[in-house]
Amino acid sequence: MQEHLETYLRMERLPHIWCPGCGNGIVLGSLVKAIHELGYDQDKTVIVSGIGCSSRAAGYMDFNTLHTTHGRALAFATGVKLAKPELKVFVLMGDGDATAIGGNHFIHAARRNMDMTAIIFNNNIYGMTGGQYSPLTPEDRRATTAPYGTIERNFDLAELAKAAGATYVARSTTYHNSLLTRLMVAAARHKGFSVVEAITACPVAYGRRNKLGDGADMLLAQKENAVTVKQAESMGKDELAGKIVIGELYQAEAPEYTELYQQIIQRAQARASKGCN
Amino acid sequence: MNKALSSLGPSDISIKSKWCKGCRICVAICPKKVLAMDAQHKATVVNPEACNRCRMCETHCPDFAIEIGVKET
Repeated sequence: MQEHLETYLRMERLPHIWCPGCGNGIVLGSLVKAIHELGYDQDKTVIVSGIGCSSRAAGYMDFNTLHTTHGRALAFATGVKLAKPELKVFVLMGDGDATAIGGNHFIHAARRNMDMTAIIFNNNIYGMTGGQYSPLTPEDRRATTAPYGTIERNFDLAELAKAAGATYVARSTTYHNSLLTRLMVAAARHKGFSVVEAITACPVAYGRRNKLGDGADMLLAQKENAVTVKQAESMGKDELAGKIVIGELYQAEAPEYTELYQQIIQRAQARASKGCN
Repeated sequence: MNKALSSLGPSDISIKSKWCKGCRICVAICPKKVLAMDAQHKATVVNPEACNRCRMCETHCPDFAIEIGVKET
């Protein structure tokens, strides 16, 4: 790991700002290993992030990085990819960033199937902004904005991505970080809009308020609660309640946006040149 | 990932105390009880002989504070 850090991270910015026991560093480590395995040129790779704890990850990464406004990481990434389709684009977002503030961008990015990889650090809470509940906070959990427990049903991020048109959807946890790395590699190699949900612990803004123990307890709980896609196939809905299904959840093929857009450019140019003659 | 680490010997377990935030994930996850928290709430090696080089501590340390030397194969 250490040799990858020096290659891919801005070492002068470390140690990072994340709290003791926060899993974001583990997700960042997985991403670094994944990019190493992919062999991507750092100068031809763009890391875009929004706002929130997880979005700080981009600042530590020695690539072309774009730390954007809350919820708008995918909008900026769309611009980057449209302007230079040859670039590899990773978009790092938190759960609130991706599914509430940027929820609209998320569904439409999925619908367009533009070739990029969205990595959502799901810690079930808005950590940096003060512990408010997010659309991925499970029911009956406490947050600063839900002192008596949440009454809203949470999104299933994978189902949301799939329904909106994403063509690769996977999930893992910080405990299962080798799998997380493998899924990130597969997601990046997939042509189209790929989504990887990384379940990560927020012991400070979420765990403490919900009596889930410290970061170590929360990490080990991921191990206890995770079931593989294969195991989940033979489990009923009640059995799956509270479980985290990990692995490749969905894969499909659909036309990729920048390729379609290139065809439009050619069509327009052909018409323009005809007009000139 | 498989590249041998140049700076560490095969039996070395390095903990960067300055980067350790004392979350105890490494202590909780080590299957061989090699690590413990010291009085300053930093991870420390207490039982190096028991280490089986599984690198669970290294891959799960959120602060990149642990490095395990790899045996040359």
